[in-house]
Amino acid sequence: MKEIFKIVVLAKQVPDTRNVGKDAMTPEGTVNRAALPAIFNPEDLNALEAALRIKDTFPGSTVTVLSMGPHRAAEVIRDAMFRGADGGVLLTDRKFAGADTLATSYALSCAAKKLAPDMIIAGRQAIDGDTAQVGAQVAEKLGWPQVTYAEEILGLEGGKMTIKRRLENGIEVVESPLPVVVTVNGSAADCRPQNARRIMKYKHALIPTEAAACPGTLSAELSAKHDYLQIVEWGADAVDPDPSQLGLEGSPTKVKKIENVVFQIKESKCLSCSDDEINTLITELIETHTIG
Amino acid sequence: MANFFLDNKDIQFQLQHPLMRKIVELKERGFAEKDMYDTAPKNFEDAMDNYRRVMEIAGEVSADLIAANAEGVDLEKPKVVDDHVVYASGTRQNLDAITAAGLGGITLPRKYNGLNFPLVCFVMANEMVARADAGFENLWGLQDCAETLNEFGSEELKMKYLPRVAEGATWAMTLTEPDAGSDLGAVMLKAHYDEKQGTWLLNGVKRFITNGDGDISLVLARTEEGTKDARGLSMLVYDRKSMCHKVRRIEDKFGIKGSPTCELVFTNAPAELVGDRKMGLIKYVMALMNAARLGIGAQSIGLCEAAYREGLRYANERAQFGKTIINFPAVYEMLNNMKARIAAGRALLYETTRFVEIYKIYDHISHERDLTAEERTEMKFYSRLADAFTPMQKLFLSEYANSIAYDSLQIHGGSGYMKDYPIERIVRDARITNIYEGTSQLQVVAAINHVTKGTYLSQIEAYESEVFAPEFEASTFAPIRAQLAAMKAQFVEMVARVEEIESAHKGEGFKDFHARRLVETAGHIAMTWTLAKEAAVAPEDYTLQLKTFVRIAEAEIARAHAAVTASTWDDIALYRTILED
Repeated sequence: MKEIFKIVVLAKQVPDTRNVGKDAMTPEGTVNRAALPAIFNPEDLNALEAALRIKDTFPGSTVTVLSMGPHRAAEVIRDAMFRGADGGVLLTDRKFAGADTLATSYALSCAAKKLAPDMIIAGRQAIDGDTAQVGAQVAEKLGWPQVTYAEEILGLEGGKMTIKRRLENGIEVVESPLPVVVTVNGSAADCRPQNARRIMKYKHALIPTEAAACPGTLSAELSAKHDYLQIVEWGADAVDPDPSQLGLEGSPTKVKKIENVVFQIKESKCLSCSDDEINTLITELIETHTIG
Repeated sequence: MANFFLDNKDIQFQLQHPLMRKIVELKERGFAEKDMYDTAPKNFEDAMDNYRRVMEIAGEVSADLIAANAEGVDLEKPKVVDDHVVYASGTRQNLDAITAAGLGGITLPRKYNGLNFPLVCFVMANEMVARADAGFENLWGLQDCAETLNEFGSEELKMKYLPRVAEGATWAMTLTEPDAGSDLGAVMLKAHYDEKQGTWLLNGVKRFITNGDGDISLVLARTEEGTKDARGLSMLVYDRKSMCHKVRRIEDKFGIKGSPTCELVFTNAPAELVGDRKMGLIKYVMALMNAARLGIGAQSIGLCEAAYREGLRYANERAQFGKTIINFPAVYEMLNNMKARIAAGRALLYETTRFVEIYKIYDHISHERDLTAEERTEMKFYSRLADAFTPMQKLFLSEYANSIAYDSLQIHGGSGYMKDYPIERIVRDARITNIYEGTSQLQVVAAINHVTKGTYLSQIEAYESEVFAPEFEASTFAPIRAQLAAMKAQFVEMVARVEEIESAHKGEGFKDFHARRLVETAGHIAMTWTLAKEAAVAPEDYTLQLKTFVRIAEAEIARAHAAVTASTWDDIALYRTILED
């Protein structure tokens, strides 16, 4: 029997925190997104690749990107479509604003319920918060099993997924029934590049709010004409949530401050790229309690 | 996330050229396919937006992956396993990524799964890939063979082979043999038509074949038994899947090591005829060569760019006598001269590309409908320019790749001679550019007729008649215009002298003896003009390079002029005494 899977990938547009400056924080203690270039969260790209590989293996499967954020976060959904995703849903509403990981996970889980996929794949963590909580909390709220630190999805058969996990002290292979939430490590396969033909096909894909903001343009005209050029936009009401669990109100967390940590070189060592040498280094670092 | 498109505004500038509007309009046949394909642009701006976005991907793949793999590929090299080529692992990765990015078949029509982009974009992508790894570009750039098949193949052949380019099929241009290098008329590989199997069969040996084990090969073979010259040769297309060939060995080369240069043995290998019999060398290989020569121009400018950036970086990092070495006149002059030659060389490359492009598109359109009288005139005009400028740019760009890589290594000093820096690989990779697809000496042979027939001169005069912005004329260009006029006068004088002596002796040889000097003089003037046109549009970006380059051109022309003026018919006898050594 030919198997087809409905896959949802959680993706976040994040400020590029690799070079944090003075104005990275707002006075209210949230991240100042305007001061930093917005990028596709790196580990979410690994998650997207994992999903696209399933689609490659099981043609007919669909990959839908689910993101929550301001209107401009539609950019990550387009980016994902350029790389192979079929489409996306942007959760965007003032009511979601100021959400911490708890409120975010709640909103995403409401949307996921509505999408009813066979699996959700997400990056381990986002580079702006580094909490690694959202994927896990989404699984909890849905009551689904979760597999964290995934490096590779090894197989999908008989309603079960086999996953290789990359852990501090080695690797582990686990099996989970579907539906499942998988969070993927940065050590997983890099995402495939954007594809020229897909760019030309999907670059005019818009959320309704974007289309309304540019009436009469080619993009607005084409987007209105073709279903595949319409990115789904859901406000809070569309996912039927409990309002008290949304946005700032549903968020117990407050950011105190952000610091850019600079590691100083004390002792350097040259290693080849062989697994042996890297394993030796990991063992040594664990023994000296540098990591772990 | 480095990007060889976004970090290079000189490439981006080329995409903005005013002729692009005409090129896009022609290439898209007035946007006739806009409702037939969801990937087709709807108008000029939409098309330009596509090009920019796709070039950005090419820039990203080049910078992030291909450049990172270059050193490993150079060390690992391809191997022969069980009579076939196994690429270095980095090469395989590069091919997979560039195919996944959808960069196969850039210029091919959409009905063959191509992007239907202008040739300018293909040249640009090749330039970026070559900046990352010239050896990989050598292999990947061979997809321009597909354009030759598109030009001359039957619809059946095109439907069979062209869509595979988008899926990552690699190509080979299977021409040379042990006794047929520059002289391809001597090709002996035999093709005979087998009535029983209803196919042509290839038998024989090919040598020095880049990517000889590629998926699709265009093979030059002798179809006419008993013939010994070019008129007995035809072009055939061979599919690797038939596996009737063996790779006897891969050459151990000085540079571009990642690109397998193969010796091949064909044994009853089935192949299909491209176009007409006996036209293989006379028509099709010439077209193939011209496309390849443009490819070498792109590869060369990519190497120039890589070498310049390595040199500039090192000069800014390395300190001696208490300051970074870029502060020394000997170093900053070298860097300036490199930068100016790159700007002028790139201007010439893309100018040539536009000539070739317009001519080729008209040629394709002429197979779809009758051209108007005006279009026919234009096609002829650009065809002549393409013919004249293609060998010219190959000559200059490939020599620049060598001299700029040489200078960059020089700036590195002793460190540059070590494998620790990429510049030594760049020097090795550059060395082939002025040898293959016709040596520099052969480019001069192809170009010299356009000196005597006046193609270059009339184009120089066309440049002279262009009107620049008054501020640019006044602030910068007036003295350069005067210099250009003097250079042109020297050129005209040199040509007249050579022709006079040549005809006075009814002999052969005097024109050939000075051919390179004449062609290079025309080239220096043409390059100064093409660069001046860019400086006129973007003075803040190109004035410095123009001012530097005009000095280079002036000095080179003065030297050539002195050599020709002092030369008499007796020089031939004098220089031929070497034959008695």
